[in-house]
Amino acid sequence: MIRFILTRLLRAFITILAVITFAFVVLRMSGDPAQVMLGPDAPNDTVLAFRAAWGLDQPLWVQYVAYIKSIFSGDFGVSMRDKASAIQLVIERIPATLQLTIPALLLKLAIGIPAGIYAALHRQSIIDRGVIFGAVLGFTIPSFVMGLLLVLLFSVILGVLPSGGQDTWQHGILPTLTMSIGGIGILARFSRSAMIEVMGQPFIRTASAKGLRWKDVVWSHALPNAAVPIVTIVGFMVGSLIAGAVVVESIFSWPGIGRLLVVSVTNRDLAVVQCILLMVAATMVVSNLVVDLLYGWLDPRLRSQSAH
Amino acid sequence: MTIADTSAPVTPDHNTVLSRMRRALRQVPFSVGFGIAWLAGMVLIAIFADQIRPYGITAMDLRSRLALPGTFPHLLGTDELGRDVLSRLIQSIRMSLVIAFGATIISAIFGTTLGFLAAKFRGVVEHLVLVLADFQAALPFLIMSIAILAFFGSSMSLLIVLMGFYGWERYARIARGLAISASAQGYAAAVVQLGATPMRVYLKHILPNVASTLIVSMTLTFPEIILMESGLSFLGLGVQPPETSLGNMVGFGREYLTRAPWIMLAPSLVIMLTTLSISLVGDWLRDKLDPTLR
Repeated sequence: MIRFILTRLLRAFITILAVITFAFVVLRMSGDPAQVMLGPDAPNDTVLAFRAAWGLDQPLWVQYVAYIKSIFSGDFGVSMRDKASAIQLVIERIPATLQLTIPALLLKLAIGIPAGIYAALHRQSIIDRGVIFGAVLGFTIPSFVMGLLLVLLFSVILGVLPSGGQDTWQHGILPTLTMSIGGIGILARFSRSAMIEVMGQPFIRTASAKGLRWKDVVWSHALPNAAVPIVTIVGFMVGSLIAGAVVVESIFSWPGIGRLLVVSVTNRDLAVVQCILLMVAATMVVSNLVVDLLYGWLDPRLRSQSAH
Repeated sequence: MTIADTSAPVTPDHNTVLSRMRRALRQVPFSVGFGIAWLAGMVLIAIFADQIRPYGITAMDLRSRLALPGTFPHLLGTDELGRDVLSRLIQSIRMSLVIAFGATIISAIFGTTLGFLAAKFRGVVEHLVLVLADFQAALPFLIMSIAILAFFGSSMSLLIVLMGFYGWERYARIARGLAISASAQGYAAAVVQLGATPMRVYLKHILPNVASTLIVSMTLTFPEIILMESGLSFLGLGVQPPETSLGNMVGFGREYLTRAPWIMLAPSLVIMLTTLSISLVGDWLRDKLDPTLR
């Protein structure tokens, strides 16, 4: 088990290092930040002074080593625009993003999983058809269309909910809905097919044949076995929460990390973009790690495999 | 007599072909039939965009700005500059399909090649490919593309290349796994013994055997690329004006959501129906081509 955890940790570390390298290479290769920040008409010595101040006159590999060092000492650089610490700027925006993503995630879990399981146990019922239809919609409607359709319906036509901003709790309803509707469909479809697959297994037949009540068969035999694929997709959803927030926060002008990313990217604010890239990758890597460890707990077979 | 002799065996043959086709058609569910028809329509529109487009995409009709749909001469109405929504929609369909087709093919070739290389050389190469795949999986594609596009500036070729990286890791993993198991089978060993070069073994013998699974993954990647491109264009980072794509139209239509919702609704509907059709047809193809994936 310890070796299993160690290999996972090493892989996670290598992945993070690859992301750091990627961020560094792309952002440095793409152009001279001094020119961008100061404009094309800036006098030459101002440009040189700017470069010296930000370490941009050093050879690239020196910048790279310095960069890696500073990242691991917790220093993510200073926003070139606001002169504030990049990590500070990002941290300030985290609560706003969590205000949307956590309720959205809870909605997905609370509706998606039960609906999928119910649909699997009652195939061809209205709920089952609804789950299939909802899953297709969730997959085919992009979030920006969904968001605008909700705004059109609730803000423009019915006039009951605000279409943008972050002033009251009502402002959070449409963005949260936009984020969760597609995910509910996808999660429901996954839970449904995982459950259908488990219900077709011989041990379910054995369990019912030995006279267990139907409820016990479902709760103690089917559900634990269907949990592994469901946990996988939930882990992926948690890991991609911030990515999902980019579009939704832009639609509803919600001041979270996603909007900060789009704004910083237009301003070419290297430090902030790098910081967000790393944070997104870290979220993904950590949630994958947690999922891997959960597998061991959910499925004893994997535990014994990893033991030797 | 001779005429009767030759025609006699032909007629039943002809009939069986026809009836076989009819039977095959009847086996296609309605939804799949709709999907195929819609996609065929989209492809035709994309090919003949220049011929069927009633106006130029930048032609402005300033006297009928924000005209309602259903009115002559602008069937789907006009936007804030009096540009014909139908013409722009047709051009957008072409643009989005070209990007999605190009990107799907690049991604399939790139991923499959890396997967085959990993299977052929194992060792360091394999580890490298797997680390790259891990990296790709750890960084949500939207975030990565936003960073790259914004820093390099958006151009059509960069956009296609970038979208061409979408989902490569999926092909790489599949191709690697399939190639490893295929090379353990008799036929691959046999052609190697006959002196075939690795290139020949992989392209002529292993590739055809794993192609159906790869095609199925292409039907999964294609709609996702359309959604990814329209998402980027919606954020203003994808296709740049004066060119137009489906996401780009939705993005600009958003400004006129209250006064002229049709500008945004027309491309949204096309995006939804297209991705829906591809997943319907793709699911059906998957069942036909690869029963193990069900």
